[in-house]
Amino acid sequence: MKILVTVKQVPDTATQVKIAADGKTIDPTGITWIVSPYDEFAVEEALRIKEKRGQGEVVAVSLGPDRVKEALRSCLAMGCDRAIHLNDPVWATADTLATAKALAAVIKQEGPQLVLCGRQAIDDDMGAVTAQLAELLGWPCAYWIMEEAIDADGKSVRAARQVEGGLEVFDLPLPAVLAAQKGLNEPRYPTLKGIMGAKKKEIRDVKAADLEWASEPPQLSIVGLQALPPRPPGRIIAGDVPTAVKELVRALREDAKAI
Amino acid sequence: MPNAFWCIVEDDRNGSPKKVMAEVIGEASRLAPGRVEAVWLTDKASEAGLKQLGEWGAAKVLLLEHAALAPYRSEVWVAAAADLAAREAPKAIFAPVTSRQREFVARLAARLGVGLAADSVGFALDGDTLVATRPVYAGKLLSRVTWAKAPWVATLRPNVFRPADTQPGKTAPVERPTVVASGAQMQFVERREEVSTGLPELTEAETVISGGRGMKGPENYVILEELGRVIGAAVGASRAAVDAGWRPHRFQIGQTGRTISPKLYLGFGVSGAIQHLAGMRTSKVIVAVNKDPEAPIFKIADFGIVADLFEVVPELTKEFKKLLEK
Repeated sequence: MKILVTVKQVPDTATQVKIAADGKTIDPTGITWIVSPYDEFAVEEALRIKEKRGQGEVVAVSLGPDRVKEALRSCLAMGCDRAIHLNDPVWATADTLATAKALAAVIKQEGPQLVLCGRQAIDDDMGAVTAQLAELLGWPCAYWIMEEAIDADGKSVRAARQVEGGLEVFDLPLPAVLAAQKGLNEPRYPTLKGIMGAKKKEIRDVKAADLEWASEPPQLSIVGLQALPPRPPGRIIAGDVPTAVKELVRALREDAKAI
Repeated sequence: MPNAFWCIVEDDRNGSPKKVMAEVIGEASRLAPGRVEAVWLTDKASEAGLKQLGEWGAAKVLLLEHAALAPYRSEVWVAAAADLAAREAPKAIFAPVTSRQREFVARLAARLGVGLAADSVGFALDGDTLVATRPVYAGKLLSRVTWAKAPWVATLRPNVFRPADTQPGKTAPVERPTVVASGAQMQFVERREEVSTGLPELTEAETVISGGRGMKGPENYVILEELGRVIGAAVGASRAAVDAGWRPHRFQIGQTGRTISPKLYLGFGVSGAIQHLAGMRTSKVIVAVNKDPEAPIFKIADFGIVADLFEVVPELTKEFKKLLEK
């Protein structure tokens, strides 16, 4: 079974982000880049499916500039067999739909039976690409999955998706798209052997011209980034615990009107 | 009507809209007075639910009622909604952030070939241009985005927008367009209910209590649940507590958990790591209790108490009980 995993390279959560001079993007100076955590759950799940079935291929795909190779290399070190890098300046302002269109074009070339994505990337938190891929491919889709099991003959997948108040379980005929939620698995760390082996694995560069993909302007564009408005300074309530708690309850009720 | 602002109804699966819909309809009504239509995809709408949508100010309800629409499947919903959108030509399509709406409107936007602004916290309409504001980079920055063409598709973060006032007796005409219920590929197997805590759902609660590493172990969350019962609050946890196995993942607040925006957030033994702040920093009033005066959460807290949470929580429960008995 061929499984394709989409990954996005994002700034590490703890990294400081500064707005670049254009006012629309972030200044890349000093940023530590990581594979978006939900995408690691997707990679891990793909590797587990392959291991369980005893055969198959796991292909990691990412869209972005040159630095994205590093993220793909991490996926290869975890155990992906090869990687595809959608690397073309035409995608610099791609919104979720343009990204999904480029990914869908690659998926059509590759013909996997399953596509695994992370629930959302932790930079823009849009969480849309998985559903949009499913739409463009005409495949069924399950969001926020906590469990999955592919049937013995590889024709369908049973997936449990997280919804408010519980889990909903569905059978999806393959090919299908699944979005990984935290709790699906615990991603492995690359081994030294994995890291060494990753250097020899293929990362194929793909330009827009290599795809059946018509370049088009983004449907959603960024007008500008801005810093958060500062919160008013807080107040530390001093005194022994009973006194401080009484004052807190009074302040919440009378000053903040929060209770 | 053409140029309407659609509000996709999130319901309780029992025929009634969730109260977050008052916020979605309220915001849509501010942007497009008199042009707000509630679009409800369901297997069964209740009369009370339809009445409620009218009282919140919807000018019309477009009810897509069909057995194939429950349980929710994106492929079926999108076929039905896209068919209606082609005939009605709405100007905007709004939905609240819930697990299924996040998927549904993203897929619908792709079908319609338009942009999506997910998890928006503000809108500004200038002539024929709508600009949405949404938190990005773990909530460290705000991004303002705009659409190349209509319909403008967006999801709205719960508890952020001012809910519509209920206008008793106001009614909305209900239209029942033909439902195109095709394209089903997924088959429903079963629903597994969570063991209910009897407390409100995290993302919907007006008050949220959160316990971090300072809780010291899973057995201690009972004191937070007791406080939660007194003040009607949901009880969540930080990633540190979830990763330690003290609470199931569905209770995690933060970047890899739930995003919440309650009127009141009370954090106990929560340090305030960036990844936690990403999930709660749009809360209106933030209270932090931590033994460590250097804990980063105090930087964004409106009220802080530097003390042992195990002394503070019982005292707080007692004081709130007294207050509520009055």
